[in-house]
Amino acid sequence: MEESGAIKKFMYLNRKAPYGTIYALESLEVVLIGAAFDQEVSLAFVDDGVYQLKKDQKTTVNSGIGMKDFSKTYRALEDYDIDKLYVEKRSMEARGLREEDFIVPVQIIDSAQLSALMAQQDVILSF
Amino acid sequence: MKFGILVNEGPYQHQASDSAYHFTKAALEKGHEIFRVFFYHDGVNNGTRLTVPPQDDRNVINRWSELAKQYNLDLVVCIAAAQRRGILDENEAKRQGKDAYNLADGFRISGLGQLIEAGIQSDRLIVFGD
Repeated sequence: MEESGAIKKFMYLNRKAPYGTIYALESLEVVLIGAAFDQEVSLAFVDDGVYQLKKDQKTTVNSGIGMKDFSKTYRALEDYDIDKLYVEKRSMEARGLREEDFIVPVQIIDSAQLSALMAQQDVILSF
Repeated sequence: MKFGILVNEGPYQHQASDSAYHFTKAALEKGHEIFRVFFYHDGVNNGTRLTVPPQDDRNVINRWSELAKQYNLDLVVCIAAAQRRGILDENEAKRQGKDAYNLADGFRISGLGQLIEAGIQSDRLIVFGD
């Protein structure tokens, strides 16, 4: 199983808001680099992490906090064959968000489903 | 068992590096293998040799360096995260035209691929963070 040719299930668990701390941005950097390794990858968004996928982020100097809006990078994930994006339902609803508020297509799942998915993973990188 | 370790927080500010150190040391003493310790986010600050903690406190950086020496550990600091935060080795300082470097003994700077590889090669990847 540990041979270099083996394919593992990697889940990136995103828990933090996109700005305020650098976790979300640097998590996305790992996802992009990791895509070159041909593993089975999924991303899950929970707690304030659901804000990472919010449409219409305005963060630049003229319209916001003077930071680069990196949310468009999530749209590039499908070019890397990363299409399993999960949003935890209660986190989404608690923040007044709906499926149509997200910048990319996602699957809305409840915490029991997320828990079951996590149990199937070989590696969970929690940011 | 073969472990990979990910340290996502800086020294002193956060317990994560202490916990990672104690876990790593205990695992090695029990005869387990540590494939690699990877430092990311503010975790890269565990790799600066310019840290000067008070004398009656633990020295988080030296502790990692000594463990690396004793067990031939692979301590890897993420280059992208390190450059943002001013952690440089001699080569990188030269390349970036900086007048100093600060990477501590026993650490090396490399890319995020080393983290993914640790995930692939280890039986368990343990994340220490916030």
